Amino acid sequence: MSIVVGLIAIGVLALIFGIILGFAAVKFKVESDPIVDQIDEILPQTQCGQCGYPGCRPYAEAIANGDDINKCPPGGEATIKQLADLMGVEAKPLDAAHGTEDVKKVAVIREDECIGCTKCIQACPVDAILGAAKQMHTVIEHECTGCDLCVEPCPVDCIDMVPVKAKPETWQWDLKSVKANVSMADNIPVKMVE
Amino acid sequence: MRDIKSFVEAGLIGQFPGGIHPPERKSPANQQPLRRLPLPAELVLPLRQHIGPSGQCLVKVGDNVLKGQQLTEAKLSQGLPLHAPTSGTVSAIEERPTAHASGLPEMAIVITPDGDDRWGPKQPLPDFRQQDRATLIEHIQAAGIAGLGGAGFPTAQKLASQKPIQYLIINGVECEPYICADDRLMREQADEIVSGIQILQYISNAEQVLLAIEDNKPEAIECMRNAITGIDDISLRVVPTKYPSGGEKQLIELLTGAQVPHNQLPLDVGLLMQNTGTAYAVKRAIIDGEPLLERVVTLTGECMHTPGNVWALLGTPIDHLLQQGNFQAEEETRVIMGGPMMGFTLPVTAVPVIKTTNCILTPTLEELPPAQAEMACIRCGACAEVCPATLQPQQLQWLAKAKDYDALEQHNLFDCIECGACAYVCPSEIPLVHYYRKAKAEIRNIAREKAKAELARQRFERRQQRLEREKQERLERHRKAAEARKKMQQEKAQQSAPAADQPAATKPAQDKSSAVAAAIARAKAKKAAQQAAQQESSDKDT
Repeated sequence: MSIVVGLIAIGVLALIFGIILGFAAVKFKVESDPIVDQIDEILPQTQCGQCGYPGCRPYAEAIANGDDINKCPPGGEATIKQLADLMGVEAKPLDAAHGTEDVKKVAVIREDECIGCTKCIQACPVDAILGAAKQMHTVIEHECTGCDLCVEPCPVDCIDMVPVKAKPETWQWDLKSVKANVSMADNIPVKMVE
Repeated sequence: MRDIKSFVEAGLIGQFPGGIHPPERKSPANQQPLRRLPLPAELVLPLRQHIGPSGQCLVKVGDNVLKGQQLTEAKLSQGLPLHAPTSGTVSAIEERPTAHASGLPEMAIVITPDGDDRWGPKQPLPDFRQQDRATLIEHIQAAGIAGLGGAGFPTAQKLASQKPIQYLIINGVECEPYICADDRLMREQADEIVSGIQILQYISNAEQVLLAIEDNKPEAIECMRNAITGIDDISLRVVPTKYPSGGEKQLIELLTGAQVPHNQLPLDVGLLMQNTGTAYAVKRAIIDGEPLLERVVTLTGECMHTPGNVWALLGTPIDHLLQQGNFQAEEETRVIMGGPMMGFTLPVTAVPVIKTTNCILTPTLEELPPAQAEMACIRCGACAEVCPATLQPQQLQWLAKAKDYDALEQHNLFDCIECGACAYVCPSEIPLVHYYRKAKAEIRNIAREKAKAELARQRFERRQQRLEREKQERLERHRKAAEARKKMQQEKAQQSAPAADQPAATKPAQDKSSAVAAAIARAKAKKAAQQAAQQESSDKDT
């Protein structure tokens, strides 16, 4: 008899806790950041396809499924390092088969040569080219990711990839001149002799 | 905040950690009275002179402008307007090298003075106590006044804060070696500075004003003391000479004994700081109705044979100042904008004076020897002892070299005021501040890139969605068209079955097809005729 009471009691307890746990699982559900989103966050979003996937998100999905992390030339070493940290794998050098790290560039259309074919507009992954059929096209410079994809489809080769011009706000102090002490520039604060 | 009050009321002077005592070298430049210079051949006014975006240009090439006429437009919280420093003609609006360590070009308005120095209309508000606060702030904004102490933060923006201000601190410390622009201004224009201070006090509604001057300027202290006698709510505080006691947070610690908490502004603890030069500019803007057109610049260094302080119009090329200071170049002379601790070597001397230019320093090599080659850090800890922000300079240096940006932010890199005390005492000659400046710029760039990448991602996703939607719409259209065709065929079949001829329904279709056939025939005939004509003409040619 006492065994039956014990079984019933434990059964009821199990039921109650089961309900509480089930309720908690719904109520306090943690929105975990899926790994694909985290990877996508790290990738440079040039959407250039140099990795062999049609955009950054597809590559992020591929990495989540075990693809190599060293196929992104625009991101370069910094991105590989971050991806390695995130995925818990060893950082490796950039896979040269997918291209090499380069300076940042933007596309510029030589506008008087443009015939208005709209081919580049269709190729642009971020809609950064403005124009219409038989009208001159132009690149919205601050939206251009420098992915290169518009250059190839242009039938008259009027698109150049030019390095981004340095502005005072993006300019970098050059430490080489200080280190090697070849140039007199930049040695502030100046040492003073009493 | 009660302890700040008791500290200030007791008239105490506190201490801040770290700091150094470099040779002051304020003379001989501080011995000469302020001079006015002959007009330069041209004035170059970069559209952006201060923190924040540049204004909208209001003039075009060829326009005649009067002294004080507005050249650019900017709303509050969006930078500051610029004014013509003298009358003349706008001779160009083009990219010119700017007063930045990079010397990179930026858009600038170039004015060729006509020599008349003719004023445009002025709008003074002499009885400022009758005006409300907002009008005065607007007036200061319209006068284009930026903080003249160093960073060039728009003054009106600082004043527009709604937070209650307990103490207004006027910074006449000027702790950096060589620079004596504020010193000279206080000696010669003490009364005007005091009326500027009163305007600032009225606007900020501060209970009391603390005027701080370093004890190495006895003449300036004397002049200011005379000027404030009889004014109860301005009190003079003489602080001991130590670099960098003129830094905002350092001076606050000296005067109130309390630190501004990390990530907070002095405004958050009821303090407002303005430079003496700014107070003077505010007086000129409100009482005289003159916008910010000129500032005091110290010309000093042993290569400058006529050192002193001058009133330089904004936009005056540094070349002109060097000429007026009787500058004689020696081998490898540097021209430094700012002081020896926080300034930068100018890559080219064709750059103009901007609102934040306080000193042009041209030392000889013996006077300020160049930095030696960098050696390894010996972990002596001297840098940590002198850091006024109590950071760990050597740790930051290693992190900066390793490009560990997350750790740099954890070690509060952005609390570094770039005063250069650490690099000054470093026995291994490590250019510490350069590493920090580079790392800071790198971190800002990464943030900018990240924002851009996020935008690109959104655009990419929107585009994918659009393409997908278009595809669905196309498929939908095709499906509908196919259905319609099917229906038509079915109807046709039904119609042809019960009634063989129904001319009313089929006739238009027939008409249509016959019309198309006729058009094709016409086109063919035309083409044939053309070909024949061509043949004929080519026959004729041959």
